[in-house]
Amino acid sequence: MRFIHEYRDARAARRLAAAIARTTTCPWTIMEVCGGQTHTIVKFGVDELLPPQITLVHGPGCPVCVTPLELIDKAVEIASIPGVIFCSFGDMLRVPGTHGDLLAARARGADVRVVYSPLDALAVARAHPRRQVVFFAVGFETTAPANALAVVQAQRQGVRNFSLLVAHVLVPPAMEAILASPGNRVQGFLAAGHVCTVMGYEEYRPLAARYGVPIVVTGFEPLDILQGVYMCVRQLEEGRAEVENQYVRSVRPQGNRAARELIAQVFCVVPRRWRGIGEIPKSGLGLQPAYADFDAERRFGLAGRGVEESTECRSGLVLQGVLKPPQCPAFGTRCTPEHPLGATMVSSEGACAAYYRYRRVPAQGAL
Amino acid sequence: MCLAVPGKIVSITPGEGLERSGRVSFGGVIKEVNLAFVPEAQVGDYVMVHVGFALSRVDEREAEQIFAYLAELEAQEPAGDAVSAELPPRYSGE
Amino acid sequence: MRDAEDFVLSCPIPISEYPQVLLAHGGGGKLMHGLIEKMFLAAFRNPPLEVRHDGAVLQADGGRIALSTDSYVVRPLFFPGGDIGTLAVNGTVNDLAMCGARPLALGAAFILEEGLPMETLWRVVRSMQDAAAAAGVPIVTGDTKVVDRGKGDGLFVTTAGLGIVPPGRDIRPQRVRSGDVLLLNGDVGRHGMAVMAVREGLSFESEITSDCAPLVQPVMALLEGGVQVHCLRDLTRGGLAGAVIEIARAAGVHVELEERAIPVRPDVQGACEMLGLDPLYVANEGRFVAFVAPQDAQRALEILWGTALGAEARIIGRVEAARKGGLVTMTTTIGASRVVDMLSGEQLPRIC
Repeated sequence: MRFIHEYRDARAARRLAAAIARTTTCPWTIMEVCGGQTHTIVKFGVDELLPPQITLVHGPGCPVCVTPLELIDKAVEIASIPGVIFCSFGDMLRVPGTHGDLLAARARGADVRVVYSPLDALAVARAHPRRQVVFFAVGFETTAPANALAVVQAQRQGVRNFSLLVAHVLVPPAMEAILASPGNRVQGFLAAGHVCTVMGYEEYRPLAARYGVPIVVTGFEPLDILQGVYMCVRQLEEGRAEVENQYVRSVRPQGNRAARELIAQVFCVVPRRWRGIGEIPKSGLGLQPAYADFDAERRFGLAGRGVEESTECRSGLVLQGVLKPPQCPAFGTRCTPEHPLGATMVSSEGACAAYYRYRRVPAQGAL
Repeated sequence: MCLAVPGKIVSITPGEGLERSGRVSFGGVIKEVNLAFVPEAQVGDYVMVHVGFALSRVDEREAEQIFAYLAELEAQEPAGDAVSAELPPRYSGE
Repeated sequence: MRDAEDFVLSCPIPISEYPQVLLAHGGGGKLMHGLIEKMFLAAFRNPPLEVRHDGAVLQADGGRIALSTDSYVVRPLFFPGGDIGTLAVNGTVNDLAMCGARPLALGAAFILEEGLPMETLWRVVRSMQDAAAAAGVPIVTGDTKVVDRGKGDGLFVTTAGLGIVPPGRDIRPQRVRSGDVLLLNGDVGRHGMAVMAVREGLSFESEITSDCAPLVQPVMALLEGGVQVHCLRDLTRGGLAGAVIEIARAAGVHVELEERAIPVRPDVQGACEMLGLDPLYVANEGRFVAFVAPQDAQRALEILWGTALGAEARIIGRVEAARKGGLVTMTTTIGASRVVDMLSGEQLPRIC
């Protein structure tokens, strides 16, 4: 496939890795914010090619992991109402809430369906006019235009049995929360290329300047990530802290104007809790008053309800690179991949889950 | 997060504004994709597609920059330190 | 090795102790294996079952027979390249072949949902007739039940098969040795994608058809050609990764795969990229891996190349002297290494 395979070339990867090694003179800690990049790093073994002085820290950029407990619980509750069809992207089905996940709700008889696109959920609503169809609108800025367009279409077409359970989160406030924390160890960022495809990267300039960190907008193939690391290391070695764009084939400085306009029309910025991190101001999206009819929390009378998350979880500190997972008192005892207390243990790409597996080879037949 | 995959527009379905859509090929598998956010994209263009929506047109000229970059790196490599073509052993049967 | 070795690519890890059965318990991943180990193996414990192979080989008067059984539930019932009937025949025939057995006969049990059109049933029965004839195996016994409307997906089929294992033939995970070479008979991911394409409304420039096929001929060609075959496994649910991990664990060996040697058709790759799936875990119905002694590897390839279902056969990996028994690692396309782990349950399309 064009624009994929040429970015997975082994020789080019080695050439970039060698350049990184030649350039690096001291240890650097770089965070890739986006779970999609983490996925590539793990799947292709990108970090194996890096010199030992480079530490990649996996950021909170997996909307699946950072969706707060209260929203998972609301999703399970709404899905369990008789007659409701609950539509979601596949990766949300396994995320544990206080009382189990959506897969378990489906096993108890809830009508939970995996969709590829919010428009598929809208089509389900049109096909079942007598049933309430709820779409779990998770994701970062990348997914927001798609969900906004589904809402606008629902309104235009008069589809009244369609609503969104909104869990949208925004990346820059989370990056700022990490940078502003007293124990921050992150010295450079790979910014999320598809978020910037929508939003552009102007809003990262003040962050880079204020905190003195290089930020490189980076793509998702192995060569993209290696080039992003190389650009970031060069900035660090030269004492620069600028915003650079590695992912020029998809990202323009201003992002996608049409998509941003539609996001602003349908959504407004709200405070949002992040699983394992806590509330971050101005870090989420909620529906504008003009579209409040499409808010599932209002429709099902769940607005304003919260769930206290475990105070034991230290994943916020782990995500900032302040704490190593085994230093958390709950690690491996009260907090395991099977019974996670926080984001970094929920996701198998999270640092705690990785450490857990590293220290304990799973026994045969162990789950 | 945010899986987006490049695909080639093979046809554009009549429709305006938010309804604009087209058929996009991903290595031969074809999916109907919403093109509302890429009004400039035409048949033959590559677009980045996320959850059924095209979010940007792939800039084919800019896509080449990484390879120019690689060529520069090759020129910088110290003599005798060139990256070897040595790769893990290929098994036979290829 | 860096930490990468210890990541998995399924996000996130599920809670394992479910009070009810989930769909994921049938997905060919960790949940299913946990269920089998903790529930069925624990209750039915006996030596043939302990082998953990696709069928059981039993001593009979003066010889050995292989027994295998499988249920088939697929939505849609008909898909490009096959239907539930072809699966039901070929799947069980293939399980027998993986024991090194020559299939002798099949039994077929039908669970029909009230309201199923007779025409649909007739299409499936004719498919089974054709598949059985192609595999050279008669369907000699059967059973029919009907359940209330809404209690079945139209039609479920269960088949059981008997086969004869010739003297001196011993094919099971425990025979795998350090140095063994892994052969694969063709490209992976077609069946799962053919079925998913129908469900997800994907279309193709050239249609992806299921690879559903009886594997008796290429397997017998290897065995009768004198190749030292230690283990065979057809790649069904859980895909190539699931099958190789199962054998690595049952045999207690470390398997190293070469990603670039594993063929995937561009359109299958495209569909996988788009849905965020890994072709290594996508289902197949006409593919198998063979663990053969290294000195026989080249000859095994040449034998397979001479068969219809092995024309694209490749060597895709080998059994390494154990670092960690039961582990599967893979050299990735960029030349790094990673662990190939079993998924928790079914592979779900992802957006992350």
